[in-house]
Amino acid sequence: MKEPTSLTGKKLGNDANPARIFTMTIDNRLLTAREDETVLSVARQNGIYIPTLCHMEGLSLRGACRLCIVDVKGAPRVLPSCVTLARQDMEVVTNSDRVIEYRRKILELIFSERNHVCSVCVSNGHCDLQALATELGMTHVRYDYLYPKQLVDASHPRFSVDHNRCVLCMRCVRVCDEIEGAHTWDIMGRGITSRVITDLNQPWGSSETCTGCGKCVQVCPTGALSEKGKSVAEMTKRRQFLPYLQMMRGEGRK
Amino acid sequence: MTLSIEDLEGIARIEKDKRESFTYQINVCVAAGCLSCQSGVLKEAFEKEVSRRGWENWCSVKGVGCLGLCAAGPLISIQPDGTYYRGVGAPDVSEILESLGGAPIPRLDCASSRPFFEQQPKIVLENSGRIDPERIEDYIAEDGYKALYNALRMMRPSEVIEQVLASGLRGRGGAGFPTGVKWTAVAKASNGNKFVVCNADEGDPGAFMDRSILESDPHRVIEGMAVAAYAVGANTGFIYVRAEYPLAVQRVRTAISQARHLGVLGNNVFNSQFSFDINVRLGAGAFVCGEETALIASIEGRGGRPRPRPPFPAEFGLWGQPTLINNVETFANIPPIIRKGGKWFATIGTEKSKGTKVFALAGRVNNTGLIEVPMGTTLREIVFQIGGGIPGDRAFKAVQTGGPSGGCIPEQFLDMAVDYESLASVGSIMGSGGLIVMDDTSCMVDVAHFFMEFCMSESCGKCVPCRVGTSQIYHLLNRITKGEGKLSDLDMLEDLSDLLKNTSLCGLGQTAPNPIMSTLRYFRDEYVAHIEEKRCPAEACKIHEAREAV
Amino acid sequence: MPTEDKRWRLVNRTMRLHGNQPHALIETLHSVQEYFGFLDPDALKYVANSLRVPLSVVYGVATFYSYFTLQPPGEHTCVVCKGTACYISGASGILGSIAKKVGIAPGETTPDGKVSLLTARCLGSCGLAPAVVLDGQVCGKMTPTAVLDRMEVWRNEETSERVPLRGEVDEP
Repeated sequence: MKEPTSLTGKKLGNDANPARIFTMTIDNRLLTAREDETVLSVARQNGIYIPTLCHMEGLSLRGACRLCIVDVKGAPRVLPSCVTLARQDMEVVTNSDRVIEYRRKILELIFSERNHVCSVCVSNGHCDLQALATELGMTHVRYDYLYPKQLVDASHPRFSVDHNRCVLCMRCVRVCDEIEGAHTWDIMGRGITSRVITDLNQPWGSSETCTGCGKCVQVCPTGALSEKGKSVAEMTKRRQFLPYLQMMRGEGRK
Repeated sequence: MTLSIEDLEGIARIEKDKRESFTYQINVCVAAGCLSCQSGVLKEAFEKEVSRRGWENWCSVKGVGCLGLCAAGPLISIQPDGTYYRGVGAPDVSEILESLGGAPIPRLDCASSRPFFEQQPKIVLENSGRIDPERIEDYIAEDGYKALYNALRMMRPSEVIEQVLASGLRGRGGAGFPTGVKWTAVAKASNGNKFVVCNADEGDPGAFMDRSILESDPHRVIEGMAVAAYAVGANTGFIYVRAEYPLAVQRVRTAISQARHLGVLGNNVFNSQFSFDINVRLGAGAFVCGEETALIASIEGRGGRPRPRPPFPAEFGLWGQPTLINNVETFANIPPIIRKGGKWFATIGTEKSKGTKVFALAGRVNNTGLIEVPMGTTLREIVFQIGGGIPGDRAFKAVQTGGPSGGCIPEQFLDMAVDYESLASVGSIMGSGGLIVMDDTSCMVDVAHFFMEFCMSESCGKCVPCRVGTSQIYHLLNRITKGEGKLSDLDMLEDLSDLLKNTSLCGLGQTAPNPIMSTLRYFRDEYVAHIEEKRCPAEACKIHEAREAV
Repeated sequence: MPTEDKRWRLVNRTMRLHGNQPHALIETLHSVQEYFGFLDPDALKYVANSLRVPLSVVYGVATFYSYFTLQPPGEHTCVVCKGTACYISGASGILGSIAKKVGIAPGETTPDGKVSLLTARCLGSCGLAPAVVLDGQVCGKMTPTAVLDRMEVWRNEETSERVPLRGEVDEP
């Protein structure tokens, strides 16, 4: 019932199935890569910046925000680097004009979808989305703002969710399912009317499955999920737990 | 006890003898289109009247699958005369029975639609309208399950795939990927329990080929799937069919249980090592589930959201196992290919697109219905000869193919031979086979608006370009159809279309701009009229109404 | 089982047929909707617990697919096909006139609970465009007047005995 955990469809890197190592180029730099690594991970290991939003180290791959797109020689269209495997002699360009232009447009679409007014947001200054806008040089949004009316749910004793700030990256859904094991969060509906929900679309405070661990709040890239009592720009997120928890839970499952 | 070829031939013999004992056969269409015009009542009336007259021994009444000309239902055909009657009602029954052996009744005759019935060399639909879809014996009498026997007892799996490769058959679901290549990939996948899936989630608005095939000749699809399962080494199959097609679901279920009962599904089919069974899964109203990975998610009981490929379903499909997914029409092509050979199939069609294609012809055309034509037939032949032209002799404007992923093709390409490549070259796609004719009363901006509304509400919402992009395009088109657009909106439309095409996760988002791009390319003047003159040339949009209300 | 209602046994049967596995979720929701007409929170909870699927996943699936409904349907249903062929043959005119005269939009039920209006993506009856399904019966080549007339009849009739859903009464 799960998405593939490995892009190769099989586990590599053990003695029975050793992973091959080869060379490829990213932005004209000759680099070595393993066959089970993604373009994004090779780039990051070598200090090459590719913007991401839905991707999070320690959670399953999703390939949905499309901000990590890159140009690959020979591919018919741009490819999302977070779910594209490295290949021998692959030639990747992370900063071609069209890639930069597409990324900026996609980011503008995200900003046009819901209400992302930074000045009144608890995450102002500590927001992944805001940081991306700065990094990609997004100065204005050329599309009309859609701004559907969304609710704020503050029924949980310690946390609150403001759907106006949600970018549907599903980090909360994944961390709750894959790390905490509660699967309190999921997405309802489809398309532009999608929304994250707890249990049977009930107030978070009345959820029977939520353990109150707060991991969802910490991984949320924006101010959609926040701790109560935080005022504008006070909500900083702590994510250091993720690699350790993933490792320890993996150990436990053996 | 397993079935032998003698048993199969015995069933066919008995069935054929029975058929030959009748001087006349009255075939009443009982596919969904005609059923909704009361053809079920009509069939009963025929049966009653025949038995009242005591004609049972020489005149048979049979419910058959789709006769094609759905607009004129209920349809009946009388064999061996080859007479087709349209719009038949229960009061006409006596008159028709009286006329047997004489001249056809002019009032009901389909004489004017002759080209519709005669210009179609049928492969996929060869049994549609001729056999009773609810009786396996009738299918066996038409060489049914022979292909499966030949494959299992006389060919190695690799030889089956060779025939499919040689036939040049390409996926009929829309993208046109070579079927044999897909089969090879699944056959090569080494590990696990493989699956064969039949995609019958025909979600394109304006397409009903798959529904009709399943309602008219379900055993053909089952046989095609069984042959595929043998070729790739699978033991379990799934038919994923829309819940909106209750009749097709019922006929498929009936056919599966008959096939199990007879032994063409189950363990050691035809006394071979091959075992295979098929399950039915119902879709629940999501167009995106036509996409392979979304379809897999849906069979697994999850929301139908596509995931990035690779890994492809051929390696990592249903429950992580190698999975072959083909469309209904693709599987329906398999039995004749195995029976007559891939080379025979490759003689039909164009250089790169082999065989025939079933189209659902609808919209502003006289002979609405289901047609099958060789690849390479021109649009003009389809619309004006088989289709019988446009009602009221209005002016032809465009043909829309490929549903919400396709485009509108204007008059200047009417003489183009239809195949995968030619359609792509004019900005449309083959798609699953919906073919909607539009005349001068259809507004192209409104059509684009309609399709974008469809894509917006069918987008699964996973990737940003499709989720927000379709909404933004819809928003712009909404403005234009209300007469509130700006010329710069057209640039914005082109810009967003390019973004969706290149950056969306799955085929839905990547092809969603096609209706916009093709109408902008060929009918830009209509957009400009909406914006600059605040007028809809076809008078379909509500601009004038909106202005009158002010 | 949530209640003593016998229909739950039929739902249980569907789940058992699939070995009470999580992948039976959609098939089970189909059967709940077939027997009860819609999916209410108790039903969703029961299915979630029986198949061991998280509550949020069940709700997500029930709202992802447009075939499922969480609202009880009206006594009568009118489904207008919005396929391409029906659209260019005037389906929007039918919807427009219903909105004007009866005052309900697709997905809504009249305040008296008599009529629910729904739309379908494509019924596959394109040859009969525009097609409308009135209480389960496909009617081809419809006009706004014909549909409105039928709705008028429905709304004026005495509250009729509701037609029982499949499985609600013992079949002979």
